[in-house]
Amino acid sequence: MCNCNTNTLIPVVGQVTDIRVDTPDVKTFRVVSPQGGVCFDHLPGQCAMVSIPGVGEAMFSITSSPTNREFMEFSIKKCGCLTDWLHQIEPGQQVTLRGPYGNFFPVEGELKGKNLLFIGGGIGIAPLRSVIRYAMDNRANYGRLDIVYGSRTAQDLVDLPEIQQEWVHCPDTQVYLTIDKPQPEWDGHVGFVPDYVKELKFNPDSVALVCGPPIMIKYTLAALLEMGFDKTQVYTTLELKMKCGVGKCGRCNIGSKYVCKDGPVFRCDELDELPDEY
Amino acid sequence: MIYQIKTEKLPQLLERLAAAQELCLPVEHKGQVDFASWTPKAKVRLDVCNTARSAKDFFFPQGERLVSFRMEGRQIQVEAPQMEENPFVIFGARPCDVRSFQLLDRVFLSDPVDRYYENRRRRATIVTAACLEPEETCFCGNFGIDPVRPQLGDVVIWTAGDTLYWESLTEKGEALTAQGGELLEALSEEPEALTQAQDGARAIHERLPFGHLNLQAISSRDWREVFEDPIWEKLSKSCLGCGSCTYVCPTCQCYDIRDFDTGHGVERYRCWDSCMYSSFTQMAHGNPRTTQKERFRQRFMHKLVYFPQNEEGLFSCVGCGRCLNKCPVSTHMVKVIQELGGKQDV
Repeated sequence: MCNCNTNTLIPVVGQVTDIRVDTPDVKTFRVVSPQGGVCFDHLPGQCAMVSIPGVGEAMFSITSSPTNREFMEFSIKKCGCLTDWLHQIEPGQQVTLRGPYGNFFPVEGELKGKNLLFIGGGIGIAPLRSVIRYAMDNRANYGRLDIVYGSRTAQDLVDLPEIQQEWVHCPDTQVYLTIDKPQPEWDGHVGFVPDYVKELKFNPDSVALVCGPPIMIKYTLAALLEMGFDKTQVYTTLELKMKCGVGKCGRCNIGSKYVCKDGPVFRCDELDELPDEY
Repeated sequence: MIYQIKTEKLPQLLERLAAAQELCLPVEHKGQVDFASWTPKAKVRLDVCNTARSAKDFFFPQGERLVSFRMEGRQIQVEAPQMEENPFVIFGARPCDVRSFQLLDRVFLSDPVDRYYENRRRRATIVTAACLEPEETCFCGNFGIDPVRPQLGDVVIWTAGDTLYWESLTEKGEALTAQGGELLEALSEEPEALTQAQDGARAIHERLPFGHLNLQAISSRDWREVFEDPIWEKLSKSCLGCGSCTYVCPTCQCYDIRDFDTGHGVERYRCWDSCMYSSFTQMAHGNPRTTQKERFRQRFMHKLVYFPQNEEGLFSCVGCGRCLNKCPVSTHMVKVIQELGGKQDV
């Protein structure tokens, strides 16, 4: 990922061609290069700095799979200055992008040939979707796919149409959805993600990829360890405030590691070597 | 090869160097000495040990433009900045500051290279002024710096009595020496006066109050133990979170990136930031460093533990002593090192 002859702090322009409303506060933005196609290559789990100049710039997971050469997608929750703006734009708006930044899920390494257990909470599905789609597009390279995904309400499930129309029909794939509290129109599971994971009693014969709010990650990890998973079998992806994206501006560190450069993907045993400051 | 010039002729040398390229050196302005461009009227102060601000501004200025944008309706045009090409000389930087450049290099020149920093670094010729008269707050010797005979920069100079001695260390240094022409008188061997001045200075450095801190006592501890040490709670209580230490520190390199709407477009610039500020890590969903204790700990853990973990044991401190002079509550690097077990063992 060498930027030997380029200036990594100078972004490229991307054109927003489609905006999907996922939930009351999450939209998925489809972005293409003005010349067509993706703005740059990436690997599942990697991030990009997205900006509207004059408003702000922030790091987002690239939620589309690298197998998609037509466009990149970002699922973005409205929760601050830049994201408020992004939620107001319309297709045709240009944004700037720089990246890809950070490491990635080892889809061609330690994950290859394994059963994969995806566990997501809320907007935490954004980085996982990239790997899920990658595994589905390279289906023969992976074993069973189990996907546990939960959110506060049924309306807060991101990518729901895609999950119901595509993911559930993928061979040897199980999708388990859950919401925090009962709702009249919901006939699926009700309960928090970590509890549901315990209930489902997964065999520790797979590699788990976990992403969601910090509290969900914490309890899910405890549940997995209880079920016999080793920490080396569990990956998660973290997020802290970032400005440069390349490990120099100094703010996204956890101990000696920079989330933007050494992360965002960490194997859980690696987190034991870092201070609990995230 | 050692050269010499009488200090009374120094203004001529400076004028000549300044004619060939921009010459920056310690200049007194309104009672404070900082690096500034040479002018015929500049009050040059090569005698002052440390400038108020560190020399990091030369390569990592307090504020700089990164990129500009033109916005037309929904369209965005990205305009890369024009990089300058003119060479410049930093004349009279102290060994601690010159060493800080090597530490900053580890950050800014590692992949992906920071092109703004790299450009300035390439254009600079550095003249290091050896420290024959250190201040009481100096503690550079703890970090492997030899302030008396520094092997740092492109040229090293010593001022002893009425003579300035000059030794070139690099090709860039040779080129600068050549600019001095007949003003720099070549010596066949190292003069006795210089050796004597160096010996005298060594004796002073030996006796500095913070000259012999035991950093090994920190590096031999497990990082977890240092992280959980009760000193962070104790020392951070008096910390005002003003960030002065980070601004005067030659090795602090944290920065912010912000946009400014000029009315004709958007300028994206970066400026120094400080891990001592609560906004530094504030996110929409919360802050991983909630109190000044965590922020205070972060700054010193970074310099004494995390940076060495990533950079072959190198501490991110050069012992310039600026934080000792500037911290309004005297809760500075030396105090932290001492509290962590590094009290001098002599």
